[in-house]
Amino acid sequence: MTVKKRLLGWLADAALILYFVFALFPIAWMVILSLKPTNQLFSTYFSFSPTLDGYRTVLGDSEGIPFVRFFVNSLVVSVGAVVLSLLVGLPAAYASARWRFKGSENLMFTLLSFRFAPELTVIIPLFVLYQKLGLFDTYVGMVWVLQLVTLPLIVWIMRSYFADLTPELEQAALLDGYTRKQAFMKVALPLVKPGVAAVSLLAFIFAWNNFVFPLILTSNEAQTVTVGALSFLGGDRPKYNLTAAAALVSVVPPLLLALTIQRYLVRGLSFGAVKS
Amino acid sequence: MGWRLALRPYLLIVPALLLTCGILYPFGLGLYYTLFDFSASKPQPDMVRFENYETVFTQEAFWNSAWVTVLYAVGAAAVETVLGVAVALLLHRSSQVGRVLEKILILPLMIAPVIAAIIWKLMLQPSVGVINYLLRPFGLGGVQWTDTPTGALLSSIAVDVWVYTPFVAILALAGLRSLPTSPFEAAAVDGAGWWYTFRRLTLPMLWPYVLVAVIFRFMDSLKVFDIIYALTEGGPGDSTVVLQIRAYLEAIRFQRYSFGISYTIVLWAVVYLAAMVLVKHLGKIQRKAAEVK
Repeated sequence: MTVKKRLLGWLADAALILYFVFALFPIAWMVILSLKPTNQLFSTYFSFSPTLDGYRTVLGDSEGIPFVRFFVNSLVVSVGAVVLSLLVGLPAAYASARWRFKGSENLMFTLLSFRFAPELTVIIPLFVLYQKLGLFDTYVGMVWVLQLVTLPLIVWIMRSYFADLTPELEQAALLDGYTRKQAFMKVALPLVKPGVAAVSLLAFIFAWNNFVFPLILTSNEAQTVTVGALSFLGGDRPKYNLTAAAALVSVVPPLLLALTIQRYLVRGLSFGAVKS
Repeated sequence: MGWRLALRPYLLIVPALLLTCGILYPFGLGLYYTLFDFSASKPQPDMVRFENYETVFTQEAFWNSAWVTVLYAVGAAAVETVLGVAVALLLHRSSQVGRVLEKILILPLMIAPVIAAIIWKLMLQPSVGVINYLLRPFGLGGVQWTDTPTGALLSSIAVDVWVYTPFVAILALAGLRSLPTSPFEAAAVDGAGWWYTFRRLTLPMLWPYVLVAVIFRFMDSLKVFDIIYALTEGGPGDSTVVLQIRAYLEAIRFQRYSFGISYTIVLWAVVYLAAMVLVKHLGKIQRKAAEVK
């Protein structure tokens, strides 16, 4: 270790720390803001008597914004969207990984195109359609439209997991007298279980974080936290501590889940294009 | 038994196919609507053929939006790429500091973009926001971040950069960790300097990974909505009205459904052209990278 090398090492660490200050300060600042009492919001920055009143107000629905219900709504529609995507997506992913057949590639690329389509292309017609069908501001309507987010993700990533799996194990199972269905359920699926778990959580995170669908396709009954958190900014004097508390409460589920699937994120975020 | 075997894959994809059609239907319906003058004030629309598109292309507002969208997408994707690759290179050195920080790298990426915009909106407030407070000692306490056209655009790009830089960084890091070691050992034996090694070996082999990240980021920021909606709502004036915000204002705020959808169809076509060009380019780059290896 020469002096120059050591100095360079320190510089590199310093640069890294600088980036992470930029990355983490906003989150830390939200924590500080959310703990401020309303009467000390603007008088001081770092010296105040912390209180949980902001959280009590947000979770107590006292501002006329039923935040707890929005939270439950987010949970219901995100879980619903993931479950529906898994039910129809897993068989499709398996079929397209195991057999080459007419139309499967077209379906796969149509699904991939959903990932890159401007959301409003589909949402504006749905906005008109949902009013007619009575699906506006309902769970069913939200779960349906969230397929645009969850289905391509689940199908593409599970396809890459199934394709990585050697078919010999399933063939051996077939020779042992298993049916195709049993070979899939008892051999293939258990082997990709970690992948299924990770992709389900990632799909849940994306569904949870979605904003434009509930903004346009819900008004109250099925509204979610992302739209709800923005409501706190309204009014003449936005209540910063409440906004910060609402923002923090709404990011807790995705952040906790994300930390459990770190290892799978590269494949998940790149739709299987990059494998770690 | 034979025909059942041949049918099996089709039976497995039928549910997914049905669901896909359920999403393609509104898309097709939207396309159909653009040929009419359908709006809340005209629920019994007339066929106008391509008039909506003609109006879009002759409007000053459209070209302004297109320009803002391109500025935003190029700006965000460029900064995220440079910063993301830099962070990945620094983490790849694997110092003790790096190993600790790597665990929390993805946090901003998992925060909903709209929430990220809310967070930054609070921080960027000119009079009471924390950023101007921290800048005060440097004599910069009064910056009107989102109240000037340039400032609003730069601020929204900054939020995009805050959220998505980790996306580029983790893909680039995965790339760095998968590079073969032998070319680097050979270069070290030959006494090649750091810059030469980086330019001639690291970058060409890493480029396919980076390009995947760039494609995702560029295409996503062409259709940005959440961040702009929460941070500036397209303002001040129409300095940050990107195409999806314009479509939203036309279709939802002013209830001119047909016209709003026309905007999104044009954007959709642009995104597809961009995707085709980029993916073609990706194939070339991947072949090049294989040669270096």
